[in-house]
Amino acid sequence: MRSHPLHTPFRLTFGLTAGVLLLLTAFIGSIKLGLTRVDWQTLLEAFRTPDPTKEQLVVRSTRLPRALIAVSVGSSLAMAGALMQALTRNPLASPGIFGINAGAAFFVVAASAFFSVSSFQAYTWIAFFGAAISSLVVYGLGSTGRSGLTPLKLTLAGAAITAFFATLTQGVLVTNESTLDEVLFWLSGSIVGRDLSALAQVLPFMAVAWILTLGIARPITTLMMGDSVARGLGQRTGWVKFFASLCVVLLAGSAVAVAGPIGMAGLVVPHVARYLVGNDYRWMLPYCAVLGGAFLLLADIGARYLIMPGGPVVELLSGTGARVLADEVPVGVITALIGVPFFITIARRSVSE
Amino acid sequence: MNQKITFRIPSLGLSFMMEAGTLLWITILALACGAVFVISIGIGEMNIAPPDVLKALFGQGNPADEMVITTLRLPRVLAALLVGVALAVAGAILQGVVRNPLASPDIIGITGGASVTAVAFITLFHDAGARWLPVAAFAGGAMAALLIYTLAWKKGVSPFRLILIGIGVNAAAAGLTTLLLIISPIYTTSQAVVWLTGSVYASSWSTVWATLIPIAVFLPLSLLFSRHLNAQELGDALATGLGSRVQLHRLLLVLFSVALASTAVAAAGPIGFVGLMAPHIARMLTGPSQGQLLPVAALTGALLVMVADLTARTAFSPLDLPAGLFTAVLGAPFLIALIYRSGRTV
Repeated sequence: MRSHPLHTPFRLTFGLTAGVLLLLTAFIGSIKLGLTRVDWQTLLEAFRTPDPTKEQLVVRSTRLPRALIAVSVGSSLAMAGALMQALTRNPLASPGIFGINAGAAFFVVAASAFFSVSSFQAYTWIAFFGAAISSLVVYGLGSTGRSGLTPLKLTLAGAAITAFFATLTQGVLVTNESTLDEVLFWLSGSIVGRDLSALAQVLPFMAVAWILTLGIARPITTLMMGDSVARGLGQRTGWVKFFASLCVVLLAGSAVAVAGPIGMAGLVVPHVARYLVGNDYRWMLPYCAVLGGAFLLLADIGARYLIMPGGPVVELLSGTGARVLADEVPVGVITALIGVPFFITIARRSVSE
Repeated sequence: MNQKITFRIPSLGLSFMMEAGTLLWITILALACGAVFVISIGIGEMNIAPPDVLKALFGQGNPADEMVITTLRLPRVLAALLVGVALAVAGAILQGVVRNPLASPDIIGITGGASVTAVAFITLFHDAGARWLPVAAFAGGAMAALLIYTLAWKKGVSPFRLILIGIGVNAAAAGLTTLLLIISPIYTTSQAVVWLTGSVYASSWSTVWATLIPIAVFLPLSLLFSRHLNAQELGDALATGLGSRVQLHRLLLVLFSVALASTAVAAAGPIGFVGLMAPHIARMLTGPSQGQLLPVAALTGALLVMVADLTARTAFSPLDLPAGLFTAVLGAPFLIALIYRSGRTV
């Protein structure tokens, strides 16, 4: 057993408090930083004495919803990833890699293109449906046969399902060019331009899933020791797996409904949490929730600066004759680029072992 | 059926052996390809009957037919054929090297890498002309392969690591592609999205030549080296015991596969699942020996892409859909069956 930096109850509590502080700092940073400069004075006044100045409006109607969405989506994805890694005993499992995000995204795009669905309520349900379908397919495929869930088979199935849904999504976009404009940014995983009502609609689902996830943390920890051990200890493994899968679908589905398919957050954060606290899911899951929120907030702050007008990247691009129309990068791109080195490191390690 | 036919070319010191059944399948597939080829050239906004198509192809049809055929349809159908060949052979080699039935250039990120540079080219340098697009895609595919290979290296390359790292590289490529789509103007974006779905829509004679030349180089090389694949499928230890230089041959074969896949991507964008399906269908028809597998897979791939393109452009006329959409629709159930079966037997 490898020892972890946080292995006494005192250190675990201390670490979680530090995590919450990091989350709060990132949250405040997310409200303060960006293209429109906001000083501390204005920031405080925006909440105490509302005033329709530009800075205050930016803070209240753009940055605050965005920060809240980042926290809830980040936490949800990280917890979903942690649950999937436990369920499949596969360190590479996460909603992005296993095609759940891509499936949910495809169903939403198809619904908006062919059936003119536009209410956010409907999107949410469709995203759940898509997430459920694709996780069923991937999980079903991965678990057929005597060898069961070999990590490689499952990862491959996920990659293939992702490719399949991605092609179909692109096909829909090609046939409906007007949809392209609307959904392209959403499709790449973005938390910009959503107001609080979008979050409010999925928040009940997320909240139920969060509570349920934390509730099954203990049985999950037992399940990690293997099916037969868990059964021997009197656990009804089928039910635990069912509830865990339900949580994955709810968490990933609602995250996609709000923010589009944001990749890799569900992979990176659980690994960081596992490095810190080990395989005890009673601590792992809260750490995932806190760190997941902080991770997405920080990635989102990065997304604002990468191609900010007047920034170095934009200067470089305009030197080559390109015209940059958007002024920020979808956060999903940032998380994907951060996540890949992680993924590759884990892949290298897990195969040699 | 198991009668073997041997071919010898003593002057080159070459010889190979083929089962009679395989030869039969090659003939059948070649005939089917020819039929689809002629039909595909004939169907469109202006329908031309197959006999007239044949006449026009041999330069004896009426001038109007000849014009339509030589400038519009022939390059497109030829491009579909060549792309199919390239993808199928690339996939067959890769499955042999990786020893995994689910490997294909689109899943392990070679196609993804080629897409990044191609989309960068379309969106950032849209004034530079389409002539350099193949070169850009080729560079990207090769870079992705190099990256996958280097990252998977740990005292040799294990097939498992190669495929997992390929999936990771593919994710990075997808992220970069999206980034490029976002920061570019909307009209180049829609152009890039069409290309990204995989389409032989805008093929011209220059596309055909740009595809034909690499295939003419790498297809014979692949056939020549395919016997090493037979040894590799027995496992590294046994292959070394048989005198095969496993790592060197693996590198060379991956290189050929990348070259062929990038060629296809440059011509038509990432047409998915062909590199996965064609080798499997071929294996069902002929058995696992690579020397027989490659030609059969090549013909199957050509047939698949030609049929997909024909369906895509006629089924929802006047919409001209990308062929990649139909290969994906075919490929997904195929893949499900595949994983299901491999799960039972392995």
